[in-house]
Amino acid sequence: MTRVHDMGGRFGDGPVVPEAADAPVFAEDWHARALAVTLACGALGQWNIDTSRHARERLSPQDYSRFSYYEKWIAALADLLVEKDVLTREDLQGKGAAGLHALAERALTAKNAAAALAKGGPADRQGGPKPRFNPGQAVRARLPADNALVDGGHTRLPQYAAGARGYILRMHGTHVFPDSSAHGLGEAPEPLYAVRFPARVLWAHAEHPGDEVVLDLWQSYLEPL
Amino acid sequence: MPHDDPDHPHALLPPEPALRVKALETILVEKGLIDPAALEEIIETYQNRIGPQNGARVVARAWSDPEFKAALLADADPVLADLGYYGRQGEHMVVVENTPAQHNMVVCTLCSCYPWPLLGIPPGWYKSDAYRARAVREPRKVLADFGVTLPEGTAVRVWDSTAEVRYLVLPVRPEGSAGLSEDDLAALVTRDSMIGTGLAKVPEGAPS
Repeated sequence: MTRVHDMGGRFGDGPVVPEAADAPVFAEDWHARALAVTLACGALGQWNIDTSRHARERLSPQDYSRFSYYEKWIAALADLLVEKDVLTREDLQGKGAAGLHALAERALTAKNAAAALAKGGPADRQGGPKPRFNPGQAVRARLPADNALVDGGHTRLPQYAAGARGYILRMHGTHVFPDSSAHGLGEAPEPLYAVRFPARVLWAHAEHPGDEVVLDLWQSYLEPL
Repeated sequence: MPHDDPDHPHALLPPEPALRVKALETILVEKGLIDPAALEEIIETYQNRIGPQNGARVVARAWSDPEFKAALLADADPVLADLGYYGRQGEHMVVVENTPAQHNMVVCTLCSCYPWPLLGIPPGWYKSDAYRARAVREPRKVLADFGVTLPEGTAVRVWDSTAEVRYLVLPVRPEGSAGLSEDDLAALVTRDSMIGTGLAKVPEGAPS
């Protein structure tokens, strides 16, 4: 499904404006707060990274386009907290029930925050289907670029690569499948590949005949050729 | 300011972004769901402890130590984990080497995926619509926005971070850097050179 967030190859954007190398990590104090609140809420364990990406993508197109980066984060977080029954709409309006929340015991503490960030959350898994493709093999990315499990659901196959012919460059092992994981349907791990696509296959007017784009694509996004 | 999409709960929060974050934070703190001290710890981590200085040390070591470089390019994760450069948004690292024949550049067209343990939080331009939209279709024009022009014989390979794998570019070691210590080499490694929108700095006094 083409959505506003899937912007690779889109025309009409202006120049990229680099900022100074010594620009502050957070341009505004509230950017830092937005990042920290989002990560701390993630630690409550009510959703995964795919769910949270999908929540940002499901902002209305006008909100997605108009909000600055961290406004998207905060808006998606508020939506997710209500959707997952952590907060109520009344809570967001300051009219909710007082007192500690049942999930409070799971709150991230200062003592374990750094360790939690350092621990990460690897996405590789054992098991799942066997790899179907080998390095060098020609494949075609599925067309259309939609979620095959959920109508209008989350996918990590960008529109610009759908239907294009590419070549397996390397194998990344077996990873959680976002099209399933984002929708509470389980991790459904699949082999994941780096696939290279010649620029001339992707774009009507490639800048240079030798240029390529590499995408990380799950096995079910690919068809043999 | 126009109203948010009223169907979405976020529209119930104040419209001004700083107040919106503050309101949500206050509600969550009152319910014991987040600890203000934990927020300070997270901010301190990404503001001061983790940043492109980590990636620069890795690049400098790879330039100095062929065995380290070979191991890094073959399977980066154990090498980086040994150095303590592991964690959120850096669980699956792949290091790609620039050569005179091939220049690598990294983007996330779908959101803002970026190797946090090695480079920190991404700069604003990396998360911008313009970079996300254009990097895959016209990387050379994007490089020109950064003041970088590649030789005609150099092919560009753009890595779109569509999964949980994160990419770090190993830039070409600059001319005139022979004999420099790892610390001096690290000072030549810019954040942008590890994303592929820049090149490593040439040492002062070296012929450019």
